[in-house]
Amino acid sequence: MSGGRGPLVEVEGLTKSFHLRTGFGFRRARRELVAVAGVSFTLERGETLGLVGESGCGKTTTGRLLLRLLEPTAGVIRFAGREIQALPERELRPLRRRMQIIFQDPYGSLDPRMTVEEIVAEPLVVHGVGDRAARARRVRELLDRVGIPASWADRHPHEFSGGQRQRIGIARALALDPEFLVCDEPVSALDVSIRAQVVNLLVDLGRELGLTYLFISHDLAVVRHICDRVAVMYLGRIVELAPKASLYREPLHPYTRALLSAIPVPRPGRKRARIVLAGDVPSPLDPPAGCRFHTRCPQAMEVCRRVEPELVEVRPGHRVACHLHPAPPSNGARA
Amino acid sequence: MASEALSSPLDAVAAPPRRRFPTLRRLLRHKLFLVGAFLFSIVLVAALFADLLIQVDPNRISMRHKFRPPGSEWIFGTDNFGRSQWSRVVKGAQLSLAIGFGVVLLNALFGTLLGALAGYFRALDNLLMRIMDAFMAFPVILLAIGITAALGPGSINAVIALAAVYTPRTARIVRASVLVVREQAYVEAARAMGASNLRILLRHVLPNCTAPLIVQLTFIFAYSVLSEAVLSFLGLGAAPPTPTWGNIIAEGRLYIREAPWITLIPGLALAMTVLGLNLLGDGLRDVLDPRLKVQQ
Repeated sequence: MSGGRGPLVEVEGLTKSFHLRTGFGFRRARRELVAVAGVSFTLERGETLGLVGESGCGKTTTGRLLLRLLEPTAGVIRFAGREIQALPERELRPLRRRMQIIFQDPYGSLDPRMTVEEIVAEPLVVHGVGDRAARARRVRELLDRVGIPASWADRHPHEFSGGQRQRIGIARALALDPEFLVCDEPVSALDVSIRAQVVNLLVDLGRELGLTYLFISHDLAVVRHICDRVAVMYLGRIVELAPKASLYREPLHPYTRALLSAIPVPRPGRKRARIVLAGDVPSPLDPPAGCRFHTRCPQAMEVCRRVEPELVEVRPGHRVACHLHPAPPSNGARA
Repeated sequence: MASEALSSPLDAVAAPPRRRFPTLRRLLRHKLFLVGAFLFSIVLVAALFADLLIQVDPNRISMRHKFRPPGSEWIFGTDNFGRSQWSRVVKGAQLSLAIGFGVVLLNALFGTLLGALAGYFRALDNLLMRIMDAFMAFPVILLAIGITAALGPGSINAVIALAAVYTPRTARIVRASVLVVREQAYVEAARAMGASNLRILLRHVLPNCTAPLIVQLTFIFAYSVLSEAVLSFLGLGAAPPTPTWGNIIAEGRLYIREAPWITLIPGLALAMTVLGLNLLGDGLRDVLDPRLKVQQ
């Protein structure tokens, strides 16, 4: 594995804004929608980082940016030590072998005109790996690995169920032996009964192949099962980033607390104090000043309206962006 | 879709049901499609086997036999020069369909090319589509007449003119489908694996745009058969002794009172072809276009 021992993926100040045109005539204006506003995190090799948040918070955009499926507006993305945010597509291609994506929608992510064999073999064809026979062997191996009988390789996607299609999508993503996989809500479109199977498949594959995952989800229960660390996003920013155990045991950000309190408890009698947030997520076209969460925060203070809190490490490995949790003063003392 | 949402926990091992050629099955259940296919295949058979079906040279003049009404001797009667209407109409079918195919072929080629470029490479979109709009601003026949007038009469020029006239419509339809398909997750997947634009366009985008294109081309076929008849009626198609439906009608219109069959029979042939193709197109649209499928 090239690139030494550093983190596999490093992201600094990643920002993506979209320009929208609104209104007509005199009211016509170009407005800027900042979907991702200065996000920073790292992914160690073999680690699974969960990225959670409500819909529209920028988590999917972040995943797309990492793979350069969207062009970042600002910020640095380092993959295996190499800055990729501005690489031309030609130089990016060899790196694309090492990072792949699994999509949310198992219906839309497979070309309906292709057979399963063609779909899974396509990455190999694109990168000119092996001859026809070698590719066919590899496809069988991959299908076998994800639990699809290789004898179905000549079928089309519409002949499969959602869970099966998702497995085919996983086989395609694994075809080139990637190191890094962005899983964009890979199970949220699936039936609850199948969800666990697919999640476990991902866990097994990750362990076996030493994969690094960015696992994007709004399902905190799934994230708890699969992830090592969790980042919570709100309106384009990471508000809390912590190891799983620490985050689920003691969430610090009021938003994280509200999210966690919404997880259904599968035990009758035992009730959790549910924190219900008032109102909707503010429009990302016009984010609130100060802390972006202050409009809905049950513990908002005067300072929250004015000053945007920074993501600071308040405990080893546990970072939070909230005025309730200022950085400990003895910052330099810790190793 | 509803049954798929209820997939069992044995998901990974349950054999999915296998059904081959679902589109063909649905087409064969579509009654109007079958009527259209029947009408069009009559014309198609006549055109393909024209030389076997006619005994008399369509251009053989026999003044002794002029203005014979349809009957047992002359199936479709004879015209003002005593030429066999049967021979002329059947031969005319051959030319009409050949021109129709020619137009459809050119139209598919250029329409797909322009539509794909405009839809896929957004920078070209405005430029190409404004040019297409300028073309579409002219009434079809007027523009076709203008182009044939510039190129000179003849069936090849008629094909070129009609292809040029109908290309903007096809380009629009292809562009619209490309705009939809390019946002599909499987296109993003292809991009994520590093596939080139050309590969994405040819392998993923265009194959998934074929359904509306096929429907459109069926209609273009019908229109161009009709427009070709109009052009030759006006003297801008194939030169007069050549039997095209438009020519026959143009010559026969002088005798419409005395010998109405001269104009009526090629007119009916034209109507049958156009009706058949339109029904075919409607059937294909009902079966291939998912937005209309729901209403059935």
